[in-house]
Amino acid sequence: MTSFLEIKNLHARVADGREILRGIDLSVNTGEVHAIMGPNGSGKSTLASVLTGKPGYEVTQGSVHYEGRDLLALAADERAREGIFLAFQYPVEIPGVNNMYFLRAALNAVRKQRGEKELDAGQFLKIVREKLKLLEIGEDLLQRAVNVGFSGGEKKRNEIFQMAMLEPKLAILDETDSGLDIDALRVVASGVNRLRDPKRAIVVITHYQRLLDYIVPDFVHVLNDGRIVRSGDKSLAVELEKRGYADFVRAA
Amino acid sequence: MDTLDALRSGASEGYKYGFVTDIESEQAPPGLNEETVRFISAKKGEPEWLLAWRLDAFRHWQTMSEPHWAKLRVAPIDYQAASYYSAPKPKSGPKSLDEVDPELLKTYEKLGVPLAERAALAGVAVDAVFDSVSVATTFKETLAELGIIFCSFGEAVREHPDLVRKYLGSVVPQGDNFFAALNSAVFSDGSFAYIPPGVRCPMELSTYFRINAAKSGQFERTLLVADKGSYVSYLEGCTAPQRDENQLHAAVVELVALEGAEIKYSTVQNWYPGDAEGKGGIYNFVTKRGACRGANSKISWTQVETGSAITWKYPSCILEGDNSVGEFYSVAITNNLQQADTGTKMIHLGRNTRSTIISKGISAGRGQNTYRGLVRVQPKAQNARNYTQCDSLLIGSKCGAHTVPYMEVRNSTARVEHEATTSKISDDQLFYCRQRGLSQEDALSLIVNGFCKEVLKELPMEFAVEAQKLLAVSLEGSVG
Repeated sequence: MTSFLEIKNLHARVADGREILRGIDLSVNTGEVHAIMGPNGSGKSTLASVLTGKPGYEVTQGSVHYEGRDLLALAADERAREGIFLAFQYPVEIPGVNNMYFLRAALNAVRKQRGEKELDAGQFLKIVREKLKLLEIGEDLLQRAVNVGFSGGEKKRNEIFQMAMLEPKLAILDETDSGLDIDALRVVASGVNRLRDPKRAIVVITHYQRLLDYIVPDFVHVLNDGRIVRSGDKSLAVELEKRGYADFVRAA
Repeated sequence: MDTLDALRSGASEGYKYGFVTDIESEQAPPGLNEETVRFISAKKGEPEWLLAWRLDAFRHWQTMSEPHWAKLRVAPIDYQAASYYSAPKPKSGPKSLDEVDPELLKTYEKLGVPLAERAALAGVAVDAVFDSVSVATTFKETLAELGIIFCSFGEAVREHPDLVRKYLGSVVPQGDNFFAALNSAVFSDGSFAYIPPGVRCPMELSTYFRINAAKSGQFERTLLVADKGSYVSYLEGCTAPQRDENQLHAAVVELVALEGAEIKYSTVQNWYPGDAEGKGGIYNFVTKRGACRGANSKISWTQVETGSAITWKYPSCILEGDNSVGEFYSVAITNNLQQADTGTKMIHLGRNTRSTIISKGISAGRGQNTYRGLVRVQPKAQNARNYTQCDSLLIGSKCGAHTVPYMEVRNSTARVEHEATTSKISDDQLFYCRQRGLSQEDALSLIVNGFCKEVLKELPMEFAVEAQKLLAVSLEGSVG
């Protein structure tokens, strides 16, 4: 039986021809949290980009199946509507567009795909309030323009809030810990933990083990030079932190 | 979305009453000379003074030459080749919708223009029968009870000659500029409104409602007078692209606000911009100016310019009265080969006069978009204030945005501020939106509407909703 997300021998290159992913194999099932770690330039963010359909990458070999379907055949927005969510490392500013308005447009696009009714402003606000409570996030961010003038911590909180609203089946968190102080990290991590669900898979991409103290993964994979060089349980992350990437990469 | 549909159907009902077909057909021979001017005036049964006024304008025009200071490339216009008086030509347009540019039809569909109206807008010769017992009649009665005059320019000349004579040309003199002089000599028809003292016009005066507006021709003339303490909001234009066989449109709009009066003038201009190669588009050379003649008066211009091959237009305010206020809110889009040179003039004459300019230019395709604005503070304008903000948004790498602000300050107590930004829609913004489930088109529309928000919120609600949709349609295909 194939997994919920099945990546086989995935090769991908960027526009200038450099091959970044060189044969990734990875199976992810719902209910699982996978951490992908690796040194700078190992291909972590590229993997997130390829899975979410960001323009500028070309898959040259291999396949990705999501719920048994060929994921690579779908456009970026179709993937999102099918339940794939990316928490961005650098959330993008959209001046003049109210955060609530943006989120409602996104949620309704996703709901439409799921065959659910679009929400009016009142229904939407009700859900917003529930989720805010769940994540211990204040309402302050909602009336501002999308990510404009947000602090690093606010941006990341907003990403997790969007994730809570959109209820994805597969959530990919790209370096969500970068630029966060320890308090912000705790808030964000506890938000993610509340979103752990038997029907949801979460892939956490991180450079540091620190985040994994808060979001404890079921599996840890080490990426180097575009390949997964080791996989294990959460103890792998601890070991990695002790020995450093350099030692690991040599051993592999 | 419910509101949008409701508004759209409301708007289209307005439309249903907006056309008449009882104009006798007669055409002046091509060419422009004094005889032409006399012919037009006679044809319209005008009084002697108006003929003299037109002739005066014509003589002025003959001494003038086309302005070339704008950042526009304009193909030479042969002013002697056109006919300056013609009733609508029922046989010269496309015979049916099958002959109309399919792109134009697609646009109508996207904007939700009812089938029956598409033909009329596309210039197809149709003998449409419209319900004559209309909303327009009820509407006119309500206005009449308040003493508000709202009629075609021709009717105003016949029924209210004193008012017309008093204010015509008082804001835009006949010899003001080449195109205004041309309009003054040969104007076809247009709108007239007068709001009596202390009256707050209870509804938006809209060309949707006024019979004849759709056919008032290439040299339209509008005169709006708001008497002391009155208020009026006027809507001009239409979101659906309108075709016209006349390439050159040179309209003049004059606004007069007396003491304590307020005029809000909103335009959505979507004349046919030509095809993707720029063929067949309209030249829109318009002079719009308002005079805040009395103390504490206010004139506010809001425009959304998406159409025309070339737009040359500077809605301006002359702030004569003390404490008077002028505002200009503008969105101008140029896509494909469109060119726009637009902006405003704020002339501060009175004390404590204030003006605000918010301009949003969007360039896509190979479009060229120029903001050109003048803020002038005259010596007697103590404590004048101006705030100007010009933002340009580029989509793609073959378009251009230009900002040309002029400031002439002759009073040391003035405070004049200017801010300008230029930005580009980034791939990252688009991807961010798409990763949240929005289609490419919805993503673009969201970003552009966000960029224009400060201007769109100035539009009356029903217009704002249509304008948002229009922005999206105007930029279609601009991102690969």
